[in-house]
Amino acid sequence: MTEQLLILIGTKKGAFILAGDPAGRDRLDRWRLRGPLCAGWPINHFRQDWATGALLAGGGSPFYGAAVWRSDDLGANWTHSSEGLTYGDDGPAMRSVWHVEPVGNTLYAGVEPAGLFRSTDGGASWEHVQGLRNHPSRSTWQPGNGGLICHTILAHPTDPARMWVAISAVGCFATEDGGSTWEARNRGVRADFLPDPHPETGQCVHKMVAAAGVPDRLFQQNHCGTYRSDDAGRTWICLDEGLPSTFGFPILGHPRDPDTVFTIPLNGDDRGRYVPEARLAVWRTTDRGAHWTALRNGLPDSDAYVGILREAMTNDDLDPFGLYFGTSTGQLFASADEGGSWRRIADLLPPITSLETALIDA
Amino acid sequence: MAVVVLPRSLVVLFSGADRRVTADGTTVGELIDALDRRWPGLRDRLCDQGPTLREFINVYVDGQPADLGSAVAPGCTVHILPAVAGG
Repeated sequence: MTEQLLILIGTKKGAFILAGDPAGRDRLDRWRLRGPLCAGWPINHFRQDWATGALLAGGGSPFYGAAVWRSDDLGANWTHSSEGLTYGDDGPAMRSVWHVEPVGNTLYAGVEPAGLFRSTDGGASWEHVQGLRNHPSRSTWQPGNGGLICHTILAHPTDPARMWVAISAVGCFATEDGGSTWEARNRGVRADFLPDPHPETGQCVHKMVAAAGVPDRLFQQNHCGTYRSDDAGRTWICLDEGLPSTFGFPILGHPRDPDTVFTIPLNGDDRGRYVPEARLAVWRTTDRGAHWTALRNGLPDSDAYVGILREAMTNDDLDPFGLYFGTSTGQLFASADEGGSWRRIADLLPPITSLETALIDA
Repeated sequence: MAVVVLPRSLVVLFSGADRRVTADGTTVGELIDALDRRWPGLRDRLCDQGPTLREFINVYVDGQPADLGSAVAPGCTVHILPAVAGG
């Protein structure tokens, strides 16, 4: 049985699928593009549910509202639902879905305005996990530039009662009782844009990941720095030294090595939000953030006025694993050697909001 | 019975839906409820909580701007249109 690698691409104008032979994953001519899917809706996150094989896409139409899309035949046919994706008649209007996370047989959705929903029927209907919005800080929650969005959902790999979420521009929260109560965990994370740069909440976390095999070690790329926590988010250590800026969106853990993380810094929130010196690079640490190395072999080394959004970097599970990132101007770059060298494998796409991969039987 | 003209971008979301359909109801809201029974989930695409029409959905009854409570007489033509928005 041969295998086919899918790159699932969420964009501002629908979802797309790049399908190709894993052996040619850094070759532009080895990929076939399919799309736009999901009726061309803005899609913030497009992924596979590994348990069922279904493709799931979360997004929101400016006309028709928020929904989670589902395909059980690799994108040929789609259904969508927002049943239960509501804060009720007295609550704020639901604008969009920003992240979809399968956890066992349950699906979780992070939404805008920030909140968490779960589905136990594959996304046909949704139930509000009210505990998060019952946090006493909620009246102070403020949106970031992208909105007040719950964009990260991290489930503990062995303890179903434990989960972390991240909200812009509010911060990291953790539950240890299955979502009934949540604790803000932002100590040590700066909020340079506030009069008090070290509030309990109000930090603008852009993306958060857990280290492979070490679930209490978290990394986050923030509006104001790059951070690591070794105690499940209770305290955070700044990792900015050695990076070219304190600002960026994506952060990605190595699939097997808990000490290795990748990020793509941008030049700063008030400097244009493109890559520093207009030179594209993915930055890697192999020692938990003590040192950083720029990976730029094959990437444009000048005149690259591009940004990379929070979900727009991913890996595959091959060995060596591939790395992929997409730009907010529609280019997609791939590395078949864990970041050692890069090639552009797609261009002229709409602004890329998310990337995920799936390996299927061809 | 009213004639309801639906936008292409809505019709593609529901298998079997047509651009021009008929439905029973004495108000715009009742028409949308009738359409939702035929194509479950359609109401959620047109209405926000409240319920109200979504911000960028416009409805006209025989050419006149309408909302969910607007009366619909038998034989009316109801246009449901997405607003000029987006990029």
